[in-house]
Amino acid sequence: MIARVIESASPRALALLAVVTAALLIAPYLVDSYVLSVLIIVLYFAYVGQAWNLMLGFAGQLSLGHALFVSLGAYTSAALFIKFGVPPVIGIFAAIAMAVVAGCLIGYLGFRFSIRGVYFALLTIAFAEFTGIIVDHISWLGASSGLFLPVKNQQSNDLLNLRGSPTMFYYVILALTGFAFALCSWLLNSKLGLYWQAIREDQEAAEASGVPLFRYKMIAVAISSGLTGIGGVWYAFYYNNLFPETMFKTSQSVEIILGSVVGGVGTLFGPILGAFVLTPLGEILTAATDGMHLDGVKSFFWGFCVAAIVLFRPQGLWPWIYDVLGLAPKKEGKR
Amino acid sequence: MLDVEDLSVFYGDAQALDGVSLSIEQGEIVAIVGANGAGKTSLIRTIGGMHRPTKGKIRFKGVDITGWPSYRVCDLGVGQVAEGRQIFPNMSVLENLEMGAMLPRARKLKARNLEHIYGLFPRLKERAGQFAGTLSGGEQQMLAIGRCLMGAPELVMFDEPSLGLAPAIVQNMLAIIRTLNQDGLTCMLVEQNVAVSLRLARHGYVLENGRIMLKGGGEELLADDRVRQAYLGL
Repeated sequence: MIARVIESASPRALALLAVVTAALLIAPYLVDSYVLSVLIIVLYFAYVGQAWNLMLGFAGQLSLGHALFVSLGAYTSAALFIKFGVPPVIGIFAAIAMAVVAGCLIGYLGFRFSIRGVYFALLTIAFAEFTGIIVDHISWLGASSGLFLPVKNQQSNDLLNLRGSPTMFYYVILALTGFAFALCSWLLNSKLGLYWQAIREDQEAAEASGVPLFRYKMIAVAISSGLTGIGGVWYAFYYNNLFPETMFKTSQSVEIILGSVVGGVGTLFGPILGAFVLTPLGEILTAATDGMHLDGVKSFFWGFCVAAIVLFRPQGLWPWIYDVLGLAPKKEGKR
Repeated sequence: MLDVEDLSVFYGDAQALDGVSLSIEQGEIVAIVGANGAGKTSLIRTIGGMHRPTKGKIRFKGVDITGWPSYRVCDLGVGQVAEGRQIFPNMSVLENLEMGAMLPRARKLKARNLEHIYGLFPRLKERAGQFAGTLSGGEQQMLAIGRCLMGAPELVMFDEPSLGLAPAIVQNMLAIIRTLNQDGLTCMLVEQNVAVSLRLARHGYVLENGRIMLKGGGEELLADDRVRQAYLGL
């Protein structure tokens, strides 16, 4: 697979990819702790953005409720760790299972009853919001006062229990982002990817050609929600506190998708590029307006970014940069 | 080969088909003609498994396929060329064709069928690497037919194959359907273009408001006063 990717890419694209990868690998030794914390958030959004993009960008199913899968992954692994001492390296499987079950339930309802497009998106919002309300009333999970992970032992890195320094969390999320990228690139070039593309381009025609729509849409939702659930595990152990009123909110879901929308929905690099553009800009803006009582200035700015993208680069930044930098291979390629 | 019995279909409260019965023998061309909204597309979609009938039975090669999902109907050998050339515009011509050969019944025959289709439509071979959305209308229709044939169907339902094509290309398209039929493919031709399709078909049905109003031989229907008045303006 890797050989094929390398073969089909232009030398310039490969060089760029190598430089970026190398820079990311040594970054924690070059930057201060603040920049590192920003990079960590960037990679987190690149990862969950990639997972979300698999559903809309690859298979054409719009979800505005991915916060649900992050939250389920986060709450499941955190609760298992706090209440039963189950390390996240095991808890992650329960977290994936929870997210996939929730994803499949939503998918089943949506696809079985032909709820499409925006209406399907509304269904995903509804599930995220009402699950949030339920969690808000479960005192075992801390209800509205939140669920907290014990913070101790910060000096040594314990990968199995995901307790350690920001540098460790950085490498974990970097590895996850790399994994999601590799998985998505493999899926995109598989039979599955071709089916998804057909469904995305023309669902009716795909159905008429004998694509089992329900099955392949369910697979997309299952993979996407499972990947997002893994992101939730990382989130819980990095932030150490979970509040239902922020975790399950649609604004969280929107933050997940913004990077992909700006970077380029349906592309492999779009979610990563989008996260690298948006998150630092948002941080700079927050720092610059610190103490000016401009609450919500980040949301306003992001709204502005999305509007600008939709108006001027509706395909996202990546396809444009791809052309400008001349990354296309000599022979005709797809993306 | 195909037997449809007393088929009724609803979209919500609106009835699209009302007790439709028809049968197609192996190796023939059957035309279903009717005006816009008569239920032609609903008929194809229901036989193809994309819509569930409220009443009636559909049998193909003796197998009751009523209510089957479309991928199973396709895999049994029922192909459809949808109205308005539903191709995948951002996939290459070759990828479009490969999509048609994903059915279990067609996977092994892929290379042979591709050869056959390139022989039938040399233009598709020339444009194999091109995005399907860049093809002309006639070429897209060829691609839609080619993709359907990649699934190795025994019966193909054509939904308005002449729609939106220049007259010369329509003739070309009909010649292709005739050739395919001579090679053994059973064809169901659903058309607004009454004169052309009835001339091509051995049998025809006239569909009006979801009901079969008339049936008979193609030439016989063409000579029928009601058909001449309502559809040919004579």
